[in-house]
Amino acid sequence: MDLDLLTGFLASAVRVATPLLFAALGETMSERGGVINLGIEGAMLAGALAAALGGAAGGVWAGAAAAILAGVLVSLLFALVAVRAGADQIITGTALTLGAVGLTGAINRQAFGAAGVGLTLPTFPALPIPGLSRLPVVGQALFSQSLLTYLGFVMVPLSWWLLYRTRWGLELRAAGESAKNSRAAGVQVTRLRTMGVLIGGGMAGLGGASLVLAQVGTFAEKMTAGRGFIAIAIVVLGAWNPVRVLGAALFFGAAMALQFLFQSLGSGVPYQLFLVLPYLLTLATLAGAWGRTAAPADLGKEESEG
Amino acid sequence: MTARAGARRWALRLAPVAAVAVGIAVLALALLVAGYDPGLALGALWRGAFGSTDAVLSALLPRAIPLITIGLGIGLAFRAGALNIGAEGQFYAGAVAATWIGLLLGGWPRLVAVPVVLAAALAAGLAWASLPILLRLRFGVLEVISTLLLNFVAEALVSWMVQGPLQESRHVYPQSDPLPLAARLPALPGTRLHLGLALALGAAVLLWVFFRYSLPGFQFRATGSNPVAARVMGGVNTRRVFALALGASGGFAGLAGGFEVSGTSFALFQSLSPGYGFTAIAVALLARLDPLATVASGLLFAALEAGSSAMQREAQVPAVVVWVAEAVIIIAVLLSDTWRRRRAHAVVEA
Amino acid sequence: MPPALELRGIHKTFGSVTALAGVDFTLEAGEVHALLGENGAGKTTLMRIAFGLLRPEAGRIVIEGEQAALRDPGDARRLGLGMVHQHFTSIPAFTVAENVMLAGGWRCSLAEAVARTRRLGESSGFAVDPAPRVGDLSAGVKQRLEVLKALAADARILLLDEPTSVLSPPDGEELLRQLRQLKARGVSSVLITHKLREALAIADRVTVLRHGRVAFSGPVAGQTAESLATHMLGEPAVPVTIRQPVPADARGEVVVRLEAVTVSRLDAGGSGLTDATLRLGAGELVGLAAVEGNGQRELFRVIAGLAVPMRGAVHAQGPVSFIPEDRTAEALLEEFSLTENLVLSQRGTAPWVRGPWVRWGEAGARTTELIAAFGVRAPGAGATAGSLSGGNQQRMLIAGALERRPRVLLAENPTRGLDLKAAAEVMRRLSDAARDGVGVLVHLPDLDELLGLVDRVIVLYGGRVLEVAPGTGREEIGRLMLEGRRP
Repeated sequence: MDLDLLTGFLASAVRVATPLLFAALGETMSERGGVINLGIEGAMLAGALAAALGGAAGGVWAGAAAAILAGVLVSLLFALVAVRAGADQIITGTALTLGAVGLTGAINRQAFGAAGVGLTLPTFPALPIPGLSRLPVVGQALFSQSLLTYLGFVMVPLSWWLLYRTRWGLELRAAGESAKNSRAAGVQVTRLRTMGVLIGGGMAGLGGASLVLAQVGTFAEKMTAGRGFIAIAIVVLGAWNPVRVLGAALFFGAAMALQFLFQSLGSGVPYQLFLVLPYLLTLATLAGAWGRTAAPADLGKEESEG
Repeated sequence: MTARAGARRWALRLAPVAAVAVGIAVLALALLVAGYDPGLALGALWRGAFGSTDAVLSALLPRAIPLITIGLGIGLAFRAGALNIGAEGQFYAGAVAATWIGLLLGGWPRLVAVPVVLAAALAAGLAWASLPILLRLRFGVLEVISTLLLNFVAEALVSWMVQGPLQESRHVYPQSDPLPLAARLPALPGTRLHLGLALALGAAVLLWVFFRYSLPGFQFRATGSNPVAARVMGGVNTRRVFALALGASGGFAGLAGGFEVSGTSFALFQSLSPGYGFTAIAVALLARLDPLATVASGLLFAALEAGSSAMQREAQVPAVVVWVAEAVIIIAVLLSDTWRRRRAHAVVEA
Repeated sequence: MPPALELRGIHKTFGSVTALAGVDFTLEAGEVHALLGENGAGKTTLMRIAFGLLRPEAGRIVIEGEQAALRDPGDARRLGLGMVHQHFTSIPAFTVAENVMLAGGWRCSLAEAVARTRRLGESSGFAVDPAPRVGDLSAGVKQRLEVLKALAADARILLLDEPTSVLSPPDGEELLRQLRQLKARGVSSVLITHKLREALAIADRVTVLRHGRVAFSGPVAGQTAESLATHMLGEPAVPVTIRQPVPADARGEVVVRLEAVTVSRLDAGGSGLTDATLRLGAGELVGLAAVEGNGQRELFRVIAGLAVPMRGAVHAQGPVSFIPEDRTAEALLEEFSLTENLVLSQRGTAPWVRGPWVRWGEAGARTTELIAAFGVRAPGAGATAGSLSGGNQQRMLIAGALERRPRVLLAENPTRGLDLKAAAEVMRRLSDAARDGVGVLVHLPDLDELLGLVDRVIVLYGGRVLEVAPGTGREEIGRLMLEGRRP
């Protein structure tokens, strides 16, 4: 592989990884609080559509803000049903994703017509950082990205700091380890979990926005195509730690970018192999590490008040 | 006391009906908010599902077959405490196997070829579910995660198959050659309704008998309710129950994939399933995991799916909109169950 | 100085059951006050009300002279109350310092929390190393941490709910000694217990609850174990001796034989079982005396076929019936009917199982008979197991265990959580079973109760079986349980 190809590949890997990174960091917050939210796929899709609507109406920043709002709204529904009422998290999340696919499909058709929005949306331009972006190989990948990608990078240490260096993070993690014992220590478990879920939803929405406004440039029905579920795999592979989640997101991004690369090269190796590689690796990691990893002990458990 | 218990039993029976009503109402509201004419859209939906004999026989019932079949399997798994959300992948595994085997059996008598195709589909679904079983029993990996992840692997497998080993002979379209007649399920002449419906109904009755009257069926239910007590008091091998339930559930989903290829599409392609594996979760939940009720709820969701196509044609409303109704129905059922369970517990603590 | 905590006229009912009927309770400043009572007497309920976990229907709560309206434990905590629960409430994945910081509501950096934890431990006498993960600590240290956590939240009034029940006796005594020293810091404590010795040893004053009312309240001085027991039970306590010892030569064949059996521990705090050798004869009623976590869980489960021995041979004549300690977690399908629970316990051998089929009609009819025969208070065979009281659940479990016509009956703390009458009935059933030729092995945490019931005692200490010669006295058995050797 020549150097230009490698440079291009790495740049596209980081670009592809950005929506995954947002969603996975958000889901890390949610899961650290003990809530597994399969609805982030729906939150991401809602965010993508909101970004398209907002972007068309008021530019990229309006799009990003609308996306966050949409993600928060979807996850608010999730929080009400699965956290407050204590219904099964897995099934609630699946249902909300179904609902979001349906609703976005309807609104998209009504707003943009049968042909869709096309490539008329504004996008976040690449913002090369002077000097650094000229670095060989990694310069393009790390320092010539859109503002959203940089924001994603900044979110990594920020989430880590929130989780491990603040009282709020301590309480959130406690809620994820044992709702019962946290309550005994005076932690308001339901409120914290709700906050974790809402942050997760907002981040997933932002992930949807970066998909539309910084990667693809348009919206299409079902366009997230399982990226929210992939984010959940990334969280697992990243052992519920924001720093390792970044690594896992880049790995998934690379695998997806490799797929495009191989399709364009037309080599004999089926590109689907690269597509499934991250999933298989996640399963292998789980098999090797479950029980020893930092999985929050109360993850996914229904909890009832009192 | 008995009057109250009777009222409660009625409330329990009516809850699914109420859930469906709420689902339709929210769908109408969503259509209104999105700027459609709900009357027009819902009318088209109704006609698409029940408007004519042809709609029922060629649109509604053929869609009910995979939904009921997968829903039975999911109900079985959930009852035994195995959270299988990988039915979509197991469906595709079954569809791939059915296509592969079906294409090889051109010269065989139908009476032999069709059972072989269906058996291959069932076995493939079971095999696809066996990795999550192994991961759970051997390494403690939650089946929720592993079955979910394998859905993507299965979709990639289909994508590779229809562009590689199973691509049609001219290598133009990403789909397989059509199955030979010998490998196709017999259908009611002039309709798309095939024998799979009878098989699915038979399976529903068998499962109902299994849970209601057999000791293993009871042990499955006990394991789902309290696995520790099932083991300690009932001597149940709960690991085996988990493996059997999840494996059988995969088998049902695989069989549904076989039905779809051998009875409806006659070929493999990438979006063969419009999310049957996920919709079937709603089917099973609305039926409260009961096999006979699964038939009814499978028919209802099939009506939504069938009607949605008509809605798209006649009212230009995207078919996926009906998923809003499905989502609301699932959540309504969940909430009513959660509240019921809480009330029961409140009584216990007293 | 006003009393630390006053409860006046507290009423609390659960459904149709009155738990507390007008209870008055006063904790003077700086005292250790023992709250005694049988299981179900209402002592935990009273303290949960004082801590804001439950709300009374009537009554006042006065804390340090101020009337308090407690909506939740947060309110109680702000007013200076701290509760140490019967079971550990720390988070195993967190370090000691993180747990203390969490419980104390500290808003500081982790490094500072480590230093503060260390300082607080040293000044209070409840020192715990801040660095290790709590999951790696021993039971004694964990319970010390529970107290430390309450102190971290600036608790001036400690409510301790049977804090020694999960500890080995030396650890328990150490904890109680340290508790007395807290008085010097101005901390007042309520010690909930049903152990008379604990009350007599460390309390200044004692309140005894019986059936939701105060049976006695006053200084410990002048009280004896006998007088307190009388207050608790309402009449002079008689030892529960029901059974005539079986002469050794009348014992039947051996129904359980363990040869040098080793089992790895089933839960974190336990010791597992090491080289256990033991015989149980038909018609014998053998008591298993042990402090929690000394291998009794493993012993019961290896005989019942629920745990696999690493070494050694287990011979048990079937059917073996096992009644596990935790009814709701290990024995019952709470959402299922009594008939279904009976069918579960009878496995595949019941008369109503034909081939793979269950005849539910027959099973239901038999359940109805057993409900009557064992005096279970239930609306019918179709009632869910979860809707029954603990005593009735246990009656149903014993009925199921005996219905199998067992050769061996294993009963792990079968009177847990039962009132006196139900407990006495359970013990009578065990005794009757032995008379009918069943080999019975029973563990009760209370040594006196156990000695009153059984023919013969074996002691488990650190996972090893210690045989006890006939005629060995109570004190000596106690020492064996606590120290593993004779005095």
